[in-house]
Amino acid sequence: MTVTSLHNDKISHPTFQSRLGASKLTLKHGKVCIIENLDVSLPEGKVTAIVGPNGCGKSTLLNGLSRVHAPSSGVVLLDGKDIHCLPSKEVARRLALLPQDTLAPDGITIEELIRFGRHPHQSLLKQWAMDDQQAIDYALDAADLQGLKDRLLDTLSGGQRQRAWIAMSIAQETPLLLLDEPTSALDLGHQIEVFELIRNLSRQGKTLAMVVHDLPSACRYSDHIIAMKKGEIITQGSPKEVMTKELVRELYGVECDLIPDPMTGSPILINMKRVRS
Amino acid sequence: MIGWFSLPAAQRPLPTVFVSALVVLALCFICSLLLGAGGLSPSASFQTLIGKGSADAEFTVFHLRATRTVVGLFVGLTLGIAGALMQSVARNPLAEPGLLGVSAGSSLAVAITLVLGASTATLTVGVAQFGALLGCLCVLGVARMQGQQNDPIRLVLAGAALSSLLLAVTSLLLLFDQRAADEIRFWVTGSVAGRDTNTLLSVLPSMLVAGLCVLYAAKPLASLALGERVAIGLGHKPKRVRGVVIFAVALLVGGATAIAGPVAFIGLVVPFAARALVGPDIRRTLWLCLPLGPIIVITADVISRLIAQPAEMPLGVLTAVVGAPVLLLIVRSRRLPTL
Repeated sequence: MTVTSLHNDKISHPTFQSRLGASKLTLKHGKVCIIENLDVSLPEGKVTAIVGPNGCGKSTLLNGLSRVHAPSSGVVLLDGKDIHCLPSKEVARRLALLPQDTLAPDGITIEELIRFGRHPHQSLLKQWAMDDQQAIDYALDAADLQGLKDRLLDTLSGGQRQRAWIAMSIAQETPLLLLDEPTSALDLGHQIEVFELIRNLSRQGKTLAMVVHDLPSACRYSDHIIAMKKGEIITQGSPKEVMTKELVRELYGVECDLIPDPMTGSPILINMKRVRS
Repeated sequence: MIGWFSLPAAQRPLPTVFVSALVVLALCFICSLLLGAGGLSPSASFQTLIGKGSADAEFTVFHLRATRTVVGLFVGLTLGIAGALMQSVARNPLAEPGLLGVSAGSSLAVAITLVLGASTATLTVGVAQFGALLGCLCVLGVARMQGQQNDPIRLVLAGAALSSLLLAVTSLLLLFDQRAADEIRFWVTGSVAGRDTNTLLSVLPSMLVAGLCVLYAAKPLASLALGERVAIGLGHKPKRVRGVVIFAVALLVGGATAIAGPVAFIGLVVPFAARALVGPDIRRTLWLCLPLGPIIVITADVISRLIAQPAEMPLGVLTAVVGAPVLLLIVRSRRLPTL
């Protein structure tokens, strides 16, 4: 497959079911256009990995899809409606976001953090209800944090901490979850810990999308890959279809060979060499 | 009752700490009625309290001292809450209405209306609150201009500069108008003595509004401590929340300034103490500021009556004497608490 044919792929429209997507989306930082006229949708019930070089607009796209970044033109559609026309609380009951720039206040425990996930389900009159506690217990179990719930967030390992943040999103009980580089600050063991949690959530029927830097992990833990460069989607599809040495060269200017993982069959990069910037 | 003290601050049971603080507040309130400059001894004051005092003593205890205690209660309450809100919204443990020019803006607005012909008696609270709002917006605007909006020291510098400027303009105005100067000289130091209870009543409705604002904003503010995007992801609207909080701060500080004049450092010391007792979650901090603010102001007022006998030291002077070292302590601590 040549690079030109890669470019043609983006014209073919995806045929899957989708609850969250965007049409003709343009996102700007100040006056700088990061993403222009982009059409995208996330396959329902799948894990989507958004990959691409630094500055290609991955995080911006995720922020756009989660209504954190308002579009200059175009529209983000959640269940067929403009996400900026829906009440923000209503959106938060369907779509959870775990951004990269989370801050941990001093002295907060895991359970207290997870409680924040219930905010979209509460109001001035309904402060705390049975279903809130159930959702929190469920999130603690799902993220395997039941034994740590009273521990302070800042005394945990990086992986546990990230799982606690994901647990907060789980307690939000949304069908959709977007994660911005959920593993980038973690060591190998903790990365796998978090990716496995993400895969488990997908098996329970959630639709997830994550920005990932590590290509082998993206291939291994996602069902759908969206490859971006300079604000455009170069190609998308299942990891096995999409991940080619041509794509790696196109995205990163890196020459490599791909071999299938002997255990899982998902692509692994070897012989990597930088060819151009 | 004291067992909670061994726990880490953020883990202490809020109701217990709150009730303990209320008990201390009640004691402060009684002390404030019993102690004072002048001839009336504490035991004579006590006799008066239980209904066996002379008419003179009754006037002193139930009128002079009770009024200033209630004013102190009010000032502590409003400035403590305003400080906690402002620190939370600016993500800065040094943000303090008195230091940041909010009180100074309020004073200037009052001075302008005095020069224009109003007198302290007819002065509306709204003017002070409007001035506070302008001061608040100015300093946040200056600190946000370009770049490091999250540098705690920068905000304080901007605030100190703005504060001096506004106070200088106030002094200048008063220089040209002898009548207004006489009216305001007493007011501008910040004191709870000799204040008018009618002003207190006229402030109450706007305090109710401020209270509703706090009720609305407490939860979103707490989630803003997790990061702007996290808060949006949870369905909150950071911009609206900040707007509501700044409005509430202006109402509170304006109200306090209208009654007691600009009193600095209360908004710094009270949330600082509250965080030390119950941790940084703004909802817990706010609850504890309710009793702590009055405790600190009333105690400061009682001390200011006693140390310069037979004269009295204005409250604003004493809060500065106590507050400035606390500010230095916070600045010097190796790691500023993250809010």
